[in-house]
Amino acid sequence: MALTGVEIFKLLPKTNCKKCGHPTCLAFAMKLAQRQASLDACPDVSEEAKKILGEASAPPIRPVVFGAGSKSVKMGEETVLFRHEKKFVNPCAIAVEVKDTMDDSEIQKLADSVMHSEIDRVGQKLRVDAILVNNASNDAARFENAVKAVISKAPDVALILATNNPSAAEAAVKLVADKKPILYGADDSNAEAMAGIAKTHKVPLGVTAKGLDALSALTEKIKALGVEDLVIDSGARSAKEILEANTLTRRAAIKKNFKSLGYPVITFAQRDDHMLEALVAMLGIAKYSSIVVVSSIEKWKNLALFTLRQNIYTDPQVPMQVEQKIYKIGEPAADSPFMITTNFSLTYFIVSGEVENSKVPCRLAVMDSEGLSVLTAWAAGKFTASKIAQFIQESGIENEIRKKELIIPGYVAILSGAIEDKLPGWKVTVGPREANGIPAFLKSRA
Amino acid sequence: MAFVAPKETYPGKVFQVGIGTDKQAVFGGENVLTFHSFEGNVPNRALVAYEIQDIPPDDWSETVRKVYEGVSGDPVTWAKYCQDTLKARAIALRLLGTHPDRENRSAEDAIKTVKDVLSAIQVPLIVLGSNHVEKDSSVLVAVSEAAKDKNCIIGKAQEANYKTIAAAAMANNHKLIAMSELDINLSKQLNILVTQMGFDKERLITDPMCSALGYGLEYTYSVMERIRLAALTQNDTTMQPPMLGDVGMYVWKVKETQASEADLPHWGTLEERGIAWETVTAGALIMAGAELLIMRHPKAVEAVEKFVDELM
Repeated sequence: MALTGVEIFKLLPKTNCKKCGHPTCLAFAMKLAQRQASLDACPDVSEEAKKILGEASAPPIRPVVFGAGSKSVKMGEETVLFRHEKKFVNPCAIAVEVKDTMDDSEIQKLADSVMHSEIDRVGQKLRVDAILVNNASNDAARFENAVKAVISKAPDVALILATNNPSAAEAAVKLVADKKPILYGADDSNAEAMAGIAKTHKVPLGVTAKGLDALSALTEKIKALGVEDLVIDSGARSAKEILEANTLTRRAAIKKNFKSLGYPVITFAQRDDHMLEALVAMLGIAKYSSIVVVSSIEKWKNLALFTLRQNIYTDPQVPMQVEQKIYKIGEPAADSPFMITTNFSLTYFIVSGEVENSKVPCRLAVMDSEGLSVLTAWAAGKFTASKIAQFIQESGIENEIRKKELIIPGYVAILSGAIEDKLPGWKVTVGPREANGIPAFLKSRA
Repeated sequence: MAFVAPKETYPGKVFQVGIGTDKQAVFGGENVLTFHSFEGNVPNRALVAYEIQDIPPDDWSETVRKVYEGVSGDPVTWAKYCQDTLKARAIALRLLGTHPDRENRSAEDAIKTVKDVLSAIQVPLIVLGSNHVEKDSSVLVAVSEAAKDKNCIIGKAQEANYKTIAAAAMANNHKLIAMSELDINLSKQLNILVTQMGFDKERLITDPMCSALGYGLEYTYSVMERIRLAALTQNDTTMQPPMLGDVGMYVWKVKETQASEADLPHWGTLEERGIAWETVTAGALIMAGAELLIMRHPKAVEAVEKFVDELM
């Protein structure tokens, strides 16, 4: 936090006019400090105060967007160092590198696999977010050609154009300016030219320097040239360097409000060993990168990295939920067991996993309990006999199964009588308390 | 505005723990967050122990079972294979066969297995029960005595059975894993209970309970980060024992390590997927602060070791 409530208070009119909706200027200042109020609410604030407060209240890490349309990627805006404090905001983008030294068919194949990388997990659509085209040949024509090959197969995927050659950059950016690519590129030797291209075509600029000192000096220089949507790279490549640079960058931005490093970070994780590459990408996802660049996108690696990103960027205050419905596990027949549980994602994963382990085909009703586990949902009144009965009746399951028997979790055994009262014709059976008892329970019935 | 690196120093540090006799392994001991060697001391690597068990791993996933084909029928052969061929720095022997729902092996059987394995290896041994609260308290007491002065890690003591297990570990000079379920306060409370018995807090290992990537990893991750922050920033000595990630057994039962590519073509090849699942889970827990990991697949261990090389 840049300014404390008292520091903000000193800049306010101190009239206690209440026009902002708060009883005193001090109360308003406190809300501003906690980012729970906007300065716009004060009609009498001076221009000078607005300028100081405006700068101080800007997010410590600048929001930057690249790509266009539904596949554009939002970065930055983070406010904390640890995910238990507050939700991490904009999930780290995964970008795959395409070198312009590869032949066209190879490039097109890779672009095509990016297009088909989407996976659905717990209701979220996850995919490779971007393609980095690397001007490895250092040849402007080849670079342009590679960009063309990429967009022929992946027209709407966000792009990062990597070259330190301003004329190659100019030609490639011109080609795809409407797609708002990141031009990654500006270093100490070409900053003016690259900033000029980024400014003309209104695209975010990647900035690279060796070390955080040089990097912050360079971002200041580029900002003075009129380009503010930046993505930064300190040159860190080993895991040790990445952890150090990313930690110090995030701390400087958030704890010291150091604006010259308050930008999204791009991390290069490419390794020949793809399992090691997955780990370096993991490091970037867990520790503060906004983009990680990988050399390959095998499906197994994507799945692991997408899942990790989902885990890390989950809101720690809101439990993950799965959709309310009756899930079929295996190929249940009309007389297969029918069980119910709540829609906390972990509850669902663990219960369905144990049912699968039992090899007994089942129907598993997952009821919306606002993401609470069984006991908590019961205690909170979200998993009650009447709600269960209503869900079962409305599900239409009665037409699908032969025997009207419902297996409930052992922890809510107390509900069995009440459910039978509210579901005429049904028999309620109490299952095991813990999911790990399910295989033995189901096998004993078979 | 010139950049001043915002480095942090902390009043607390993590206890350093050494295990084994002939070939000791040491972990913990850092006075900063995980691998933050740019602002403090990180004297040791995270220690990875290979998991073996007293009964053949018939229910392990095919990907990892086939690695140990020919050696996993007998825990001594298996342990020697891990030590000599895979260059394991520690072995974790899980006495799964003692579980009443498995083979319900007796404490005497367990003693023999532990003694045989101990006499066959030089690297340190971690002895784990079958996670059956009552059975563990008799089995782990017996094996603690049988392995007296071998400086093993015994685990896991839980709220319901810690008294007998901690007393046995203390009397026979072992280290002890204290496990509670995904809650920093429960971890702290159990560590306090164990130390109130006179158990030296510097001989403890905290297991806040593992979860696999995609199956609650974020809970373990954040509980670990919070435990480590409490140890360092608040100098909370009850939170300063090193932490365990018991990765293998949680990872190799989830769908992503089991389902075939034929069933789920968009998930990619099963073998790499399973290895990646164990690799990324272990790596994430290292980033959260785990100093001791128990793992199964040699390729996952290899990747994690290379990653730690890069971090050191």
